Amino acid sequence: MTTPLCDLTAVEIAARVRAGSLRAEQVLDSALERIRAVEGRAPSLEPYVLQPGDRQTVHAFITLTERRARTQAQAVDRLVAAGKDPGPLAGVPLAVKDIFCVEGTPSTAASRILASFIAPYTATPVARLEAAGAITLGKVNLDEFTFGSSNESTAFRPPPGNPWDPRRVPGGSSGASAAAVAAGEVALSLGTDTAGSIRQPAAFCGVVGMKPTYGRVSRYGLIAFASSLDCPGPVARTVTDAALMLGVMAGADVHDATAATVPVPDYVAGLEQDLRGLRIGLSPDYFRLRYPDPQTGELREQPITPEIEKAVHETAERLARQGAEIIEAVPMPNTHLGIPAYFVISRVEAASNLHRYDGIKYGFRYPGPVSDLRDLYRKSRGAGFGLQPKLRILMGMYVSAEQYEKGYYQRALRVRTMIRRDFELAFDPKGPHRLHALLTATTPTTAFELGAVYGDSVLMQYADLLTVPADHAGVPGLSVPAGLDAQGLPIGVQLLGPDFTEPTLLRIARAVERGTEADTWRKARPKVLAGLA
Amino acid sequence: MAEAITAEIFHHLVELAALELDADESEYLRAQLNSQMKAIRELEAIVVDDTAGITSHGVPYTPDISATPRADIAVPSDAADAILQQAPELDGRYLVVPDIPHTDLT
Repeated sequence: MTTPLCDLTAVEIAARVRAGSLRAEQVLDSALERIRAVEGRAPSLEPYVLQPGDRQTVHAFITLTERRARTQAQAVDRLVAAGKDPGPLAGVPLAVKDIFCVEGTPSTAASRILASFIAPYTATPVARLEAAGAITLGKVNLDEFTFGSSNESTAFRPPPGNPWDPRRVPGGSSGASAAAVAAGEVALSLGTDTAGSIRQPAAFCGVVGMKPTYGRVSRYGLIAFASSLDCPGPVARTVTDAALMLGVMAGADVHDATAATVPVPDYVAGLEQDLRGLRIGLSPDYFRLRYPDPQTGELREQPITPEIEKAVHETAERLARQGAEIIEAVPMPNTHLGIPAYFVISRVEAASNLHRYDGIKYGFRYPGPVSDLRDLYRKSRGAGFGLQPKLRILMGMYVSAEQYEKGYYQRALRVRTMIRRDFELAFDPKGPHRLHALLTATTPTTAFELGAVYGDSVLMQYADLLTVPADHAGVPGLSVPAGLDAQGLPIGVQLLGPDFTEPTLLRIARAVERGTEADTWRKARPKVLAGLA
Repeated sequence: MAEAITAEIFHHLVELAALELDADESEYLRAQLNSQMKAIRELEAIVVDDTAGITSHGVPYTPDISATPRADIAVPSDAADAILQQAPELDGRYLVVPDIPHTDLT
């Protein structure tokens, strides 16, 4: 059976388009055909009533920019015909999380308050991907303003379904980014990670997702959630595709003073090296969870799902067979403080960032009668924001209030230092462990059912327990598929490393891919693709 | 354990946040805030070295990886019209707002 063009890797699509043996428009047509086959009804702001069939499809795209994509694809094909090189992503279908501005397109943040907003400029990562020849098919769904871990808080519903089982969540907040890639609607997707929002959905959807080092990729044009944590990053079906995409996006940006000036290496170049000389750690603190009991609120401790723990150990064995030295029992004692600290830091930053939405300058404005300016603010924000933004604003106001700020916010920032020190000690080349990477599970569980957790904001936040420490510390991390559980749902393992060591993490992740190539689960396909060519 | 966020504190926060909420929203949000406070209180129980610095972002911004600030020079932009077009209500090139509440501080 011939592989549909939309299921090819980004590397293969770009190589064939650049060589002139495949046209970008052919790839676009294939991707659009896949979108028509798996999307189901488009998410909208209309009151949501579950309809038959809703939980059999993906619902990833808030906005499909087919005409714009065709113009881009034709431009790529014209360049090739003229003997010119359109770039390393020539003709590769791309979806952009709808938290990035793309000029002339609705840029909604999956919120009613920005539903009418047409971006007047394009975010740097998107501009760089398009300049490299990528074809943007549209803007994909997310948790409202990225606030969530299941994609259910979006104002645009139906919420996305997990292609492996659309009755389950794709994760979040970059849920539709991961779902669209897993379902073959696009080869690449641009996501953001603030507490795990790239890695957790990548694990749930069986794809590769990378949170680069903070500052590795510009945040210009990213609608801000928590500015000290937000990281744009790639979602792809293969490690090599993720490496290619990262290389195009990364680097200094005159529009973002926090974009580091560290030179951008060729992330693809060293991927096939073996792992000799690399020390990869396992930490008991990533195999047990400490979280509040949903009923009592009391802190409980329990191991992560046994199948996931087994996948991590099997991955370590495979990496050892490829030359890595596995270092066990690496202490990361402050891991369990990641979520409590995040509850404080992210809320303070979110509350600050969300004050700009006022019904005056752009976005939703309450259309009914108001008594004065402040009443307009209250009514516009009350009707424009969903519950999750409101929750974050209120918590941010509370913990940053003068009488609580030292006890909560400043304490949380010191805890952040403690979490960072865990990583610094583990990775210290002269320290006791001298790790090049830490290997952990990405998530405590596989994808849960739609509606199973949503509404309990505490339990939902703990879905990010294993990913959020890297966000606090700023270090890079990625999730790579490592198997399926007994229900056929993807399991992801996570690799974390020192600042700006993306090449090492990608090299190890590629070794995970190589080591599992012959596994039966590698041949499994998401349920939404059943019966498709 | 007593609720951290009483109804009185909650209403004050809602006022500060400039949010109009209905009764159901208020009930849900206050309950969730108090649930989150239980998790946040884990921070209170740990020993934190107060002499340790705070981390405002994870990666240290040393001069060798930081961009030099660009020159403080005004650059004309052609985006003004596109930006203005996003405003919900315009009068020419002015943003229209309702009456601004006036408080006499004297």
